[in-house]
Amino acid sequence: MTHFDGNVLAGPLSELFTVDMTVAVGRCTGCGDESVLASAMVYESGPDFVVRCHNCDDVLMTLVHGPNDLRVELRGFGMLRIPR
Amino acid sequence: MTTTVPAVTPAPSVWKVGTVASVHTETPTGRSIMIDVPGWGGNLAGQHLDLRLSAPDGYQAVRSYSIASASAGDRVELAVDRLPDGEVSPYLVDDLQVGDELEIRGPLGGWFVWRPEQTEPVQLIGGGSGIVPLMAMARAHAASGSTARFRLLYSVRSPRDVFFADELMALASPNFEVTWVYTRETPAGWPTPAGRLSPAVLEASTIPASEMPSVFVCGPTGFVESVADWLVALAHPAASVKTERFGGK
Repeated sequence: MTHFDGNVLAGPLSELFTVDMTVAVGRCTGCGDESVLASAMVYESGPDFVVRCHNCDDVLMTLVHGPNDLRVELRGFGMLRIPR
Repeated sequence: MTTTVPAVTPAPSVWKVGTVASVHTETPTGRSIMIDVPGWGGNLAGQHLDLRLSAPDGYQAVRSYSIASASAGDRVELAVDRLPDGEVSPYLVDDLQVGDELEIRGPLGGWFVWRPEQTEPVQLIGGGSGIVPLMAMARAHAASGSTARFRLLYSVRSPRDVFFADELMALASPNFEVTWVYTRETPAGWPTPAGRLSPAVLEASTIPASEMPSVFVCGPTGFVESVADWLVALAHPAASVKTERFGGK
């Protein structure tokens, strides 16, 4: 399965956040790596996304669309630092 | 990073309706598309947009496309390559006509961008249609009169597959040097045989790490990841290498 990177999340995350989250720095709870979201690995399935750490491949985040909702899991982020 | 420009860009969540103003065949499998988007208001070089297609039965497909233009107005230029098993790109390349409407969200992404106030040297590395956001940077570089040193390495299958060929030739200057790598077929009389980009060619035809360039790499995922690994091996700090993956092989 091919993958993209976190740049592709700019649009989908604009539905949830008012600033561009692809420049936010996240800390991976798996390996401690701190990187911008743009550099994460992103696996797409239809409108859904699995976001993995570019360093250790742990799952950082998932976005899954249901019939009436959007389910967001941020299981792999210990911290998010958002420029303002 | 050597840049101190603000990193915050807004996150425009609203879908706008754009109208196709013109289309232009660039390659046997790709074309550029001019779209007028009322209220667009310009974009940074390197940003992308999301394009949403809706079928009559309600099925929707959203894809991200890099923007080739970097101007202030309400017109954006895309350049799209037809993916053989693609769901959206064959429609954009083969069927889309002037006057058609498209749902568009953007401009998007504040990371893979070049701003004219940046003064450090810039190395652009594109594979195939990965040239598109780099073209926006080259255009912004020329339009702003920037004196920053730019260099482009463009890896492409054959001379027929080059996007924006004439414009790239015209942009070439001491401040914007272009190196071509042909992977399957070269122009007649080309000094080197066709072949995939190698670490040796990369090293010989890019700005060295000692000059601390910002490096932008865009193309198919495999291309981007190979090049990014080679750049780090050539002592470029990972933080100065920005990547954008198109997927594909």
